[in-house]
Amino acid sequence: MDRDRQEAYWRANTALIRNLLIVWGLVSLVFSILLAQPLNAIRLGSVPLGFWMAQQGSILTFVVLIFVYAFQMDKLDRKYGMRK
Amino acid sequence: MSAELWTILLVALSFLLYLYIGWRSRVKDSSGFYVAGQGVPQIANGAATAADWMSAASFISMAGLISTLGYDGSIYLMGWTGGYVLLALLLAPYLRKFGKYTVPDFVGDRYYSNAARLVAVVAALFVSLTYVAGQMRGVGIVFSRFLQVDISTGVIIGMVVVAFFSVLGGMKGITWTQVAQYGVLIVAYLIPAAAIAYILTGNPVPQLAFTFSDIVGKLNQIQLDLGFKEYSQPFANRSMLDVLFTTLALMVGTAGLPHVIVRFYTVPNVRAARYSAGWALLFIALLYTSAPALATFARYNLISTLHNQPITEVRQLDWANKWEKTKLLTFDDKNNDGRIELTPDKNTSEITIDPDIIVLSTPEVARLAPWVIGLVAAGGLAAALSTASGLLLVISSSVAHDIYYRIINPNASETQRVFVGRIMVGLAVVLAGYFGINPPGFVAQVVAFAFGLAAASFFPAIVLGIFDKRTNREGAIAGIIIGLLFTLFYIVGVKFYGMQPWLFGISPEGIGTVGMVINFIVTLVVSRLTPPPPIAVQEMVEDLRSPAGAELPTEAVH
Repeated sequence: MDRDRQEAYWRANTALIRNLLIVWGLVSLVFSILLAQPLNAIRLGSVPLGFWMAQQGSILTFVVLIFVYAFQMDKLDRKYGMRK
Repeated sequence: MSAELWTILLVALSFLLYLYIGWRSRVKDSSGFYVAGQGVPQIANGAATAADWMSAASFISMAGLISTLGYDGSIYLMGWTGGYVLLALLLAPYLRKFGKYTVPDFVGDRYYSNAARLVAVVAALFVSLTYVAGQMRGVGIVFSRFLQVDISTGVIIGMVVVAFFSVLGGMKGITWTQVAQYGVLIVAYLIPAAAIAYILTGNPVPQLAFTFSDIVGKLNQIQLDLGFKEYSQPFANRSMLDVLFTTLALMVGTAGLPHVIVRFYTVPNVRAARYSAGWALLFIALLYTSAPALATFARYNLISTLHNQPITEVRQLDWANKWEKTKLLTFDDKNNDGRIELTPDKNTSEITIDPDIIVLSTPEVARLAPWVIGLVAAGGLAAALSTASGLLLVISSSVAHDIYYRIINPNASETQRVFVGRIMVGLAVVLAGYFGINPPGFVAQVVAFAFGLAAASFFPAIVLGIFDKRTNREGAIAGIIIGLLFTLFYIVGVKFYGMQPWLFGISPEGIGTVGMVINFIVTLVVSRLTPPPPIAVQEMVEDLRSPAGAELPTEAVH
């Protein structure tokens, strides 16, 4: 029983990690590097988007991702009774 | 009051503050010495991690590098921040649950082997020693630029200050001085950045000024007019593949650097480890999103003030004159037309700009009050000293804890352990200072590769140690050794022996990514071909995955 709960918690945790890392990879490696050239045709304010993603957007996204993870894990911890 | 007096005053005040904090945080027990008694609040640990992380290079050189490289400078911006996502999701919470004092502790226990522990110790020492030498050199350089003392004197002053709070207070002293150092360095960075943003765009928030003003557009146009590529144009200096691999190597390397990882051992519980990674990156992002804005503004400003101006007029500018004397900025009217021109070709360009000048000269270029110049000096020193102290603790604990206590004398008393720790910090300071005064020629080149080596060694071993129960001793050791050797071979070959970067033209800076992939593959394959880890180790991994029970007993907290 306890073992099942522990395993379900771990599955939920790894699924969350996988989803957040997909966003991480898309934002930094795909949008900011692999697609930087085509995205530069679009402007954000007066700045080419691919360039802006690489120098501002990706960093801001990283910060948000970590807080989303911490926040979602609080929920999982409570749901699976991992903390008092 | 002159800029020089302000510099002496502000540097002295900040040093007194660090000494005072070090005295207040002195410790007696080994837990206090190595992991600050695991009682550091999450936001404070975030600030300490940010200061630990942002070195003299981040503070002084990064904006200048970006200014020179344009889009391609993003490898540093993304590489040195993206790793925190990996750290927060894949490493920090589990290592905090593990709760021991060092990275080799985890490797040695998880892979039930003192051989693995030793390999990890050697890797940690190598990475930290190369890195710390650069920091002490940075301290000397800041002193010599701002106060005209010679570099050796500067290094020695820095050594005395670092030695005081780290020998007395260990991790606890280091942590709380790092919190103060973060305060100093971020204020020192943001004031000039905000000032130049306001002067050029009327908006004092550098990030907003960068995004919503037309400076990037104007700079792109100027660059084209002068025959450069557009500032925002990707892959002007590196191929797309190389940018990708280098960024990844820096990210993974960041997550694998021992002095960053150990900071997450110092918080009270697993939840605090997750949040404090977020705070750390938020504090880092304040500087890292300002740097590209500063880089753009400063480049625009330098080109528009200097290019095609009569050389006699330029030499009348106070700051141009001063920085020309330091040789960081040079003018040479090669075609004798009385005007100086900036061109992409080094042989015809009449202006050369050293990257370091971007941050250092901004207060003067933007005509800020002299105390801001003093503040920038104090900020640069804070950045170098905070990183140096974090590294010194890793060096000390590698020898005093991992080798002396865990391998040579497991029966050592608390007093003996703390005593050996203090001695080792002291020795490490002297060694770092020696390298700071007499930098071996290879240091500057090697520091950048600390990341590649960390990526190819620690990161896979720790991640698989947590996420793959089947990974065993044989697999981990084989993976670390082969990953490390491959990376080292490629770097040394290309850098020192003129080997062609034969692997798709990937530069030595980016090869750590390949080393990491090799490490992962070797570890997984060898683990499957050899017996599984003992039941006790598998249970330990199971336990790491559950956040409960990492808290200290209540009496230890009070």
